[in-house]
Amino acid sequence: MQLSRELMLRAYRQMKVIREFEERLHAEIQTGEIAGFTHLYSGQEAVAVGVCEHLTHDDYIISTHRGHGHCIAKGCDVKGMMQEIYGRAGGLCKGKGGSMHIADVDKGMLGANGIVGAGAPIAVGAGISAKLDGKGGVSIAFSGDGACNQGTTFEAMNMAVVLKAPVIFLFENNHYSEHTGVDYAVGTAGDIASRAEAFGMKVWRGNGCDFFETFELMREVIEYCRAGNGPAAVELDTERFFGHFEGDPQRYRGKGELDRIREERDCLTNFRAKVTGAKLLEAADLDALDAEVLTLIDEAVAEARAAPRPSADNVLTDVYVNY
Amino acid sequence: MATMQLREAINLTLHQEMERDPNVICLGEDLVGGMGTAGGPEAIGGIWKTTAGLYAKFGADRVIDTPISESAIIGAAAGAALAGKRPVAELMFADFIGVCLDQIWNQMAKFRYMFGGKTTCPAVIRVAYGAGRNAGPQHSQAAYAMMTAIPGLKVVIPSTPAEAKGLLASAIRDDDPVLFFEPKALYATRGEVPEEEYLIPFGHARSVREGEHATIVTCGQLVGTAEKAADTLAKEGIGCDLLDLRTTSPLDEEAILDSVETTGRLIVVDENPPRCGLAADIAGLVANKAFAALRAPIQLVTPPHTPVPFAPELEQAYMPSTAKIEAAVRAALNYR
Repeated sequence: MQLSRELMLRAYRQMKVIREFEERLHAEIQTGEIAGFTHLYSGQEAVAVGVCEHLTHDDYIISTHRGHGHCIAKGCDVKGMMQEIYGRAGGLCKGKGGSMHIADVDKGMLGANGIVGAGAPIAVGAGISAKLDGKGGVSIAFSGDGACNQGTTFEAMNMAVVLKAPVIFLFENNHYSEHTGVDYAVGTAGDIASRAEAFGMKVWRGNGCDFFETFELMREVIEYCRAGNGPAAVELDTERFFGHFEGDPQRYRGKGELDRIREERDCLTNFRAKVTGAKLLEAADLDALDAEVLTLIDEAVAEARAAPRPSADNVLTDVYVNY
Repeated sequence: MATMQLREAINLTLHQEMERDPNVICLGEDLVGGMGTAGGPEAIGGIWKTTAGLYAKFGADRVIDTPISESAIIGAAAGAALAGKRPVAELMFADFIGVCLDQIWNQMAKFRYMFGGKTTCPAVIRVAYGAGRNAGPQHSQAAYAMMTAIPGLKVVIPSTPAEAKGLLASAIRDDDPVLFFEPKALYATRGEVPEEEYLIPFGHARSVREGEHATIVTCGQLVGTAEKAADTLAKEGIGCDLLDLRTTSPLDEEAILDSVETTGRLIVVDENPPRCGLAADIAGLVANKAFAALRAPIQLVTPPHTPVPFAPELEQAYMPSTAKIEAAVRAALNYR
């Protein structure tokens, strides 16, 4: 299906926001100004955007420790996110969650999550709720190739099939669970979709570095789930441009691997080449978006750095609704 | 008022709450029982009969019989709660918390806090707890002390059928995640229960007996044990002020401290192992905040630092008993 100009511009912008958000964090973390552990999503943007462009606030997603991209794609406020990562009082979670726990439940974003494999069961619950609401909502559990080995993910897949819940198990295979290769850790010779299929679901596979392929594939998957066919699973092949965490020396990478994946599998470069080559968009359109996004990220960082830090009495709030 | 078993009081409450609020859903393994069998749905009605009749009345979308997948059950409850429902998940045995601890401890207990207070997680986890049925080391544990130690959770332990009804209704309507510990050895005990709707607020201990010589603090199935001990001691002129905590989180510190200010003697009776347990926790509270009122060392009546044994004689030896409670009260009274 030929995508509208408006949709292509929006998708490109979203992917660019994620990319610049992450590249900028990579640089800012070197300054020592950002506390804690950060896991960057650069390289995987086409997945988050290719999925979330199909969703509304009635649809749910749950994310992983590598969650910034999913948050942005689902509509979380970028400046609020930056403040959260800087640990500021005005952060999306008031500085209590940090990078690994950014959430905006009103927008159907049930949170990044620091526990690998914890998301899939929670997504089943949101799917049960969406099914009860009867508005065609779906629930998507983003998981990496690491989380595909957790028993929680197996339990969730089986339960979703048994309950015919509108849940999509979306596996982003970036070939590394932390510092371990997928061919070693995933016993089915690195094949995640076949394993999901064995639970009794329809599965899809695709190139997660190609926005257009991901977007079209997800249109089909989401229509399938909205129609009440029960759960589905998707395995998207993608690339992680940075390490597992910021500071990871990445000694497990092959020689020239990082240059090669940036050269050959960059979803933004490939998007630009495709749309300008086919004369769908002008380079100038994209250049204008690039500039706009850089300004947004500059502002987000500057505002976060200047924003007030939380006062100590905030330790005690938000534990309970009442106690 | 009707006379009913504790399990019937729970069943009645679930019916009433599901009737009242369409957002209340129930889920768990064998909650319906008989799914996929010749006997058909409701062939069992839940292994404790606490969920009997719910499926027929409210249907499969709201009464969800799940596979044996504790992490998925509790995770699904967490997710449904984030997505606006009021799930009541059943874990069957408190011991199975061990299978799904992450979803309780790292997920539902922390959502509100780590998302900056912008969400609620109104989920209830019902578990059957406790020794007394010779179910052995993996099906007899109390486990509520562990849950009490987790910020973000509320922990409720009813002691009678009427208490179970009022506390469960409050748990289902509460906007925070609640662990609801049902004393399984008491499921068949009977008591007077108001059939109409009522709520027992959390954090308010129940005064079971009033007395001036010693304070006994306990909860759940040991309330009955402590009552018997208090009645025996009363015949000797020893007055025990017996408090049923009802909830260990929140904890009614005021009721405990007020009582100790009067009696000067504290006996804490708890079914959890002694180390880092509820008894030690309450002893610490009183030592810290009512030190001057104490006229004797605080007495702790708990099981030993062992798993729960199977053989009836061993299980009896393990459990706090009326004799042990009486001895503890006497020890406090005889001190100096």
